[in-house]
Amino acid sequence: MKLDIQHIKRILGFAFLMGFQMGLANTWTVCSNCENSSIKETILRAAPHDTLLIEKGTYKEFEILVDKPLVIKGIGYPIVDGEKKGEIFRITSDDVTLDGLFVINVGVSYTKDNAAIRVVQSKNFLIQNMVLEQLFFGIYLEKSSHGKVYHNRIIGDAVDEYNSGNGIQLWYSSDIEVTKNHVQGTRDGIYLEFSDKITITDNVSRDNLRYGLHFMFSDNDIYTNNLFENNGAGVAVMFSKFITMKNNTFRKNWGTAAYGMLLKEINDAEIIGNTFEENTIGINIEGSNRIEYANNDFIGNGWAIRVIGACYTNSFKGNNFLYNSFDISYNSKLNDNVFEGNFWSSYTGYDLDKDGIGDVPYRPVKLFSYVVNRTPETIILLRSLFMDIIDFSERVSPVFTPDNLKDAQPLMKIRS
Amino acid sequence: MLKILKYSFYDLIRSRWSYVYFLFYLALGFVLLFLNNDVSKAVITLMNVIIILIPLIGTIFGVMYFYNSREFTELLLAQPIKRSSIFLGQYFGVAGSLTLSLVLGLGIPFLLYGLLRSNAIFNFSLLLVTGAFLTFIFVGLSFVIAISNENKIKGFGYAVLLWLFLAVVYDGLFLMSLIIFEEYPLDTFSLVATMLNPIDLSRILILLKLDISALLGYTGAIFRKFFGTDLGFLVSMAILLLWTLLPILSLGYKAKRKDF
Amino acid sequence: MIIEIDNLHKKFGKNEVLKGVDLTIDEGRIYAILGPNGSGKTTLIKSILGMVIPDKGNISVLDKPIKKEWKYRKKIDYLPQIANFPPNIKVKELIHMIKDLRNSASAEKELIQLFGLEPFLSKKLSTLSGGTKQKVNIVLTFMFDSPLIILDEPTTGLDPRALIRLKELIQKEKALGKTILITTHIMQFVEEMADEILYLLEGEIYFKGSIKKLLEQTRQTNFEHAIAAITTSDSHA
Repeated sequence: MKLDIQHIKRILGFAFLMGFQMGLANTWTVCSNCENSSIKETILRAAPHDTLLIEKGTYKEFEILVDKPLVIKGIGYPIVDGEKKGEIFRITSDDVTLDGLFVINVGVSYTKDNAAIRVVQSKNFLIQNMVLEQLFFGIYLEKSSHGKVYHNRIIGDAVDEYNSGNGIQLWYSSDIEVTKNHVQGTRDGIYLEFSDKITITDNVSRDNLRYGLHFMFSDNDIYTNNLFENNGAGVAVMFSKFITMKNNTFRKNWGTAAYGMLLKEINDAEIIGNTFEENTIGINIEGSNRIEYANNDFIGNGWAIRVIGACYTNSFKGNNFLYNSFDISYNSKLNDNVFEGNFWSSYTGYDLDKDGIGDVPYRPVKLFSYVVNRTPETIILLRSLFMDIIDFSERVSPVFTPDNLKDAQPLMKIRS
Repeated sequence: MLKILKYSFYDLIRSRWSYVYFLFYLALGFVLLFLNNDVSKAVITLMNVIIILIPLIGTIFGVMYFYNSREFTELLLAQPIKRSSIFLGQYFGVAGSLTLSLVLGLGIPFLLYGLLRSNAIFNFSLLLVTGAFLTFIFVGLSFVIAISNENKIKGFGYAVLLWLFLAVVYDGLFLMSLIIFEEYPLDTFSLVATMLNPIDLSRILILLKLDISALLGYTGAIFRKFFGTDLGFLVSMAILLLWTLLPILSLGYKAKRKDF
Repeated sequence: MIIEIDNLHKKFGKNEVLKGVDLTIDEGRIYAILGPNGSGKTTLIKSILGMVIPDKGNISVLDKPIKKEWKYRKKIDYLPQIANFPPNIKVKELIHMIKDLRNSASAEKELIQLFGLEPFLSKKLSTLSGGTKQKVNIVLTFMFDSPLIILDEPTTGLDPRALIRLKELIQKEKALGKTILITTHIMQFVEEMADEILYLLEGEIYFKGSIKKLLEQTRQTNFEHAIAAITTSDSHA
């Protein structure tokens, strides 16, 4: 018995010690005049699953390697200043949390894509409440998965494309949530390359040099409720499959090659409930098939939808086309897409049987849009009486526009 | 001049035509707003009305008034009044009363609709300002035509031709030349050609607000500078003002040399 | 000398209407300007009024050249040939308006009474008959007190009663020392009223002088015949 009790005691003691070691992980406080004044060194001392509390102050450090599961949390937004010397945080371990730091001055390099925070081949990371400024790349996720990028502010000051980086970049990553971030002044606000099953929700991406959001070779992604505003070229979705785009707003992307959204080689996507407002081109569609466009609002765009090249089996249903200079522009005489039950603000037909559907089909392609495609300067004749007369005659008897390109059931009232 | 203006103005605002004109705009405003319930669409429709109808009405009204008041003008000419004052007074009387009909006719329904709360107010006031400019320009042009042609029918014909030319034919020729010379840089040409026609100029001025998204789609640097900044607006306004002054000056010039 | 015209030329297109008119008009007399149709009577009057701009020559009114001037017209009352007033204005408004424009003292009340225009004061001009319009025209001309009065066909459309009133009016003005120029086709009217005849022919003053002188020169006893004969006789002014 004695032995047994001793044995139990010993076991309990060991268990207690172990429990202390594992469950009650250490918390390290870092401040400029504490014992631990360097984040980098404190990480070296810390054990896995420890927490580092960074107190208010300025920490001039770069190439901070986080190679064990840690929680690094700022108190009152301490500044981590990379002094433009290189990358600032590099995470190479699973289960890392970065929270509440103000990271500035990432080193710009022409050979390395330095980021404020880089996550490499890790899982279950959480990057939240960070503020990143004076950056090159912001948050760079490389071959990582199952993480979360939440509620960060990334403010770049990019001027030229060649020496600026992207706000949030995902490369060969999957199963990541990007939520409630605010990205501006970078090259591409959010950039996905070979990244699948990504959810992008409630972000704001504005005033970026190139794209607010940019997809390349990324499949099965969902983005909803985001706002993309005044980006150099809007949002580009290219060479991807099964993308769901819902309830996003694309605004004020103005310029020669500026789009609310650019679709290139996209198949089997859903574009539902989005708002395209005051863009030079609402959606520019190139070689994209089997896409459902439903319940979107196109308001005051130069071109609501411009179709270039072969696009098959797309359907446009229940959209509102309001006061666009051109509703639809086509560059071919063929049409394999369906337009049905949309509301067109320039529709002038009537509804004698009062079923809410116009009795005369609407032809959304104006002859003038062909003329403008051919000779862009003619845009200056937009809304002139002469062009209106020509458009009218084309509408009565189509010669240049595809004969079957029409909405046979135009709505009489705006879809609310 | 102010006295002549006053009498011409009173004479006109009491005439049947002013009421017709006023009621037309009033009805148009009410129909557009209260049947459509959509300010933005109303503004677009109004733009078409303004850039086509206002020049036409201004031209016809101006010519008609000038010829109809010929004898009265002679009576005035024998009075101790400066010649240019007589014509300018009449001119401002006609243009002023037409503008008043326009502004009140469209303004009342829009005010009732609660325009002040709507963000379309700027677009709308731009429409009215452009409409006023076009009224002054075309009444001026028609006065110049009328003062240069003794023959009523000829003068009337020229005035309508002028309208037809500026409203439709000009743009046709414009489009043709753009397409024929499409290999050449046409930025400057098309801007200049636009400036040379007050109807096109007004159209562009309104487009700058309504269709800026489309206008910015064009690559040309001059276009971009023109449409992308306030430059376009300021330049257009300035040239529109020039267009207004031009007929006034030539009316003054012709009036001094004309025999009655 | 109230008007002095020196070598006045005017062409309308190819049609040379005035070919060097020299003329002086003295104060306090009634002049009748006569001549066949197209002889330049109206052009001459309109030149004096500054409504026609001469190609060549000078006109002085009250010793001042009128070129590019307009204030001198304050000294002239002019009755135009065809009175076509703005249609939407009432008679009293028109009178008020002309008063307002000239900004000088006027005696329209007696004139309105004289021509019995009271019932028409509140009517629009477009509703008036030709004769009534002419009466309004006369009121508008005579209501001011100017030293020079120019009447272009003043008798048009007037009934005999009004004609008598007009003659009285002219005589009254003459008695006040005013100078009056009249063009008319009614020879009887000329004979009664004119102190001096100006006969224009092919753009020149063909005859200037009193009726008596005219009769003497043409050796006629009847004024109307004298006028008809004026061109055939060799008498040149």
